[in-house]
Amino acid sequence: MSSNNKKWFSLNLTNKSNKSESRGCGKEFDSCSNNKHKDGYDQIMDVPMDRRSAFKKITTGLLMGAGAVSTSCSVVSGDDSKEKSSIEWEEYFKGNYKLMTDEERNNTVDRLVRSYELRKGEKLNISSKDAEDDVLFGYAFNISKCQGYMDCITACVEENNQDRSSQMQYIRIHEMDDGKGFNFEESNDNYYHEVPAEGHFYMGTQCFHCENPPCVEVCPVQATWKEKDGIVVIDYDWCIGCRYCMAACPYDGRRFNWKTPEVPEEEVNKNQHYLGNRLRKKGVMEKCTFCIQRSRIGKNPACAEACPTGSRTFGNLLDPNSNIRWILENKKVFRLKEDLGTEPKFWYYMD
Amino acid sequence: MKTLKVFGSLVIASFREVTQGSRAYNIWMAFLTFVMLFGMFNYGVQLDEGLSVTGMTDRVSWGLYISNFTFLVGVAAAAVMLVLPAYVLKNIDFKQAVLIGEGLAVAALLMCLAFVIADMGGPARLWHMIPVIGVFNFPNSMLTWDVLVLNGYLFINITIPMYILVKRYQGKVPNPKIYIPGVFLSVFWAVGIHMITAFLYQGLQARPFWNNALLGPRFLASAFAAGPALIIIVLAIIRKFTAFKVPNNTIQKISLIVTVAAQINLIMLISELFKEFYAPTHHSISAVYLFFGLKGKTALLPWIWTSISMNVVATIILTFHKLRNNRKILYVVCAMLFVAIWIEKGFGLIVPGFIPGPWGKIAEYSPSFVEVSVTLGIWAMGAFVFTILAKTGIAIELGKIVYHKKED
Repeated sequence: MSSNNKKWFSLNLTNKSNKSESRGCGKEFDSCSNNKHKDGYDQIMDVPMDRRSAFKKITTGLLMGAGAVSTSCSVVSGDDSKEKSSIEWEEYFKGNYKLMTDEERNNTVDRLVRSYELRKGEKLNISSKDAEDDVLFGYAFNISKCQGYMDCITACVEENNQDRSSQMQYIRIHEMDDGKGFNFEESNDNYYHEVPAEGHFYMGTQCFHCENPPCVEVCPVQATWKEKDGIVVIDYDWCIGCRYCMAACPYDGRRFNWKTPEVPEEEVNKNQHYLGNRLRKKGVMEKCTFCIQRSRIGKNPACAEACPTGSRTFGNLLDPNSNIRWILENKKVFRLKEDLGTEPKFWYYMD
Repeated sequence: MKTLKVFGSLVIASFREVTQGSRAYNIWMAFLTFVMLFGMFNYGVQLDEGLSVTGMTDRVSWGLYISNFTFLVGVAAAAVMLVLPAYVLKNIDFKQAVLIGEGLAVAALLMCLAFVIADMGGPARLWHMIPVIGVFNFPNSMLTWDVLVLNGYLFINITIPMYILVKRYQGKVPNPKIYIPGVFLSVFWAVGIHMITAFLYQGLQARPFWNNALLGPRFLASAFAAGPALIIIVLAIIRKFTAFKVPNNTIQKISLIVTVAAQINLIMLISELFKEFYAPTHHSISAVYLFFGLKGKTALLPWIWTSISMNVVATIILTFHKLRNNRKILYVVCAMLFVAIWIEKGFGLIVPGFIPGPWGKIAEYSPSFVEVSVTLGIWAMGAFVFTILAKTGIAIELGKIVYHKKED
């Protein structure tokens, strides 16, 4: 995947503006423990207001709920709060993204952008770009090269607006002991020492975007599904938070928002995708999407771009000239827990 | 129209019936109300803060709520399956077993639904699951099957006792030709809710501890022991506090069912233990954690060994006719069995499924204060509902509240 491919509309993305030096062990997130910012889903939905405007809003909601025409609402509310509550109302009753028409998709994206603008005065760039034809994404991981720096994790957290306060991370880097093989039981995925450590090797796991994903089957409301380009996505607004998918995933690929996620305002990545890194709310699942907001416009996921060792390769499995195809054809690749029949699109290999 | 009128007057009469009673009854209901309110307050905290106020984490993502849900499905199923053997064994007052059993099933089902809702991250978005309005992932997701069978079962178990009670209320004899087919349907349905709830876990290749063909049958056996054990205790209480006659014979026959089920349950436990520990594989590791602990993490040990010892002792006592037929011993043993199976089918089943995690991480789980409070609140709700149902039902059966024809 060439990242200077201009076939698609180009976004004003400044590449890795503030690459942090620390290793994603949470130090750089300490600033967010003082709950000063309005973060995560609150940035969209939780409108700060006094009692009076709260009353107006409730009344507006009730009137609309009772089917009163929207013009009649103007007697009790200003234009902005009217618009906000109208957006909330429509957002609550919107359908499953997977089943929306293109027009409905554009409408909900517009509502989310507008809602944020009303709140913050800043414009988000939320994409609803569909999968391209003849694209099937896959990932390869070179175990020989990984040194356990965790730059991928830091980049992932920044790119995907993950909750800073609980230090949610999609990627886990497992530190394994030399001579014991792939012994996950004795590995450590939470280390805080200098790497590469003597006598250890490193291996990363994340969502493997299975071709036969057990998590998708079990979801009672089809809030998660596999896109045409092979990415397993979640509609955050449709998820009911039952966590059945989490129990069904054999790879620990899914994360749950146990509380309202917090992302400091200035750290919010504003280039978003509806199915990707847009701000989440409490009580819903999320996971790696191969950075759908990047990969669908021909870029590498943040982890692959951030890796200083070159152990991460991302690409189109259907493109015979892609790097990933070369790896699959020339290296002795393997996948994890193949006996489960999940067919992950995430391969490991060694030099 | 006339039926509606009768029903309306029944509702009024039963409301009058359940709002007055002895001092003990009033204290009991006040206590339950208090626990419910306390649970509701804590649920409010959970709604506000999110599920982070529970002990659950990304590593152990289901806990006390889903454990209780799983156990109560068993109670709901067994309460009615008791009816079938009771019918086969004849000489038991059939209607009685139907009424109490189905009342218990209704209460247990309401608790099941409450536990599932308490476990949801977004209860406000539950409408997404309503067929037609939302998206119902049927037949792929076992959870949708479970929703269907649980609600269907709830419907059956409300309509049958309702029919019987409305008839009795008018002083008529319920027609067995109408309610017996319903009873049989509910018996088969009970097997269904149990197997499907087991399939919920059994179908996950990610969790070897659950992915086990014995899970469903073992659910049935343990439920058949725990449910009727609860019924025996309930019947004993009803016998003590009301004029409702429960013949010794009934309790004796039910205790026989409990015995056989408890024995089968033990045999299956032995089979499971043999498989896990005779030739331990990588997949036995959750069982090792449950029974012996892993790397110094031993949170479940006291629970599971309490459960197993109570289970074994209770089963042995039940096996001897002399001991079983002693009413006092029987009640104690039934209580023991109930608690033992609550542990075993509750967090003894759910929590080890997540430990160790997919990459071998051992993160233990213990419920938080909020979680325990909400759980107690839901149990109080179940007891409250059952008390109301039982009190009305018994009053009608005893002829205490009768329909008086007025103008027509």
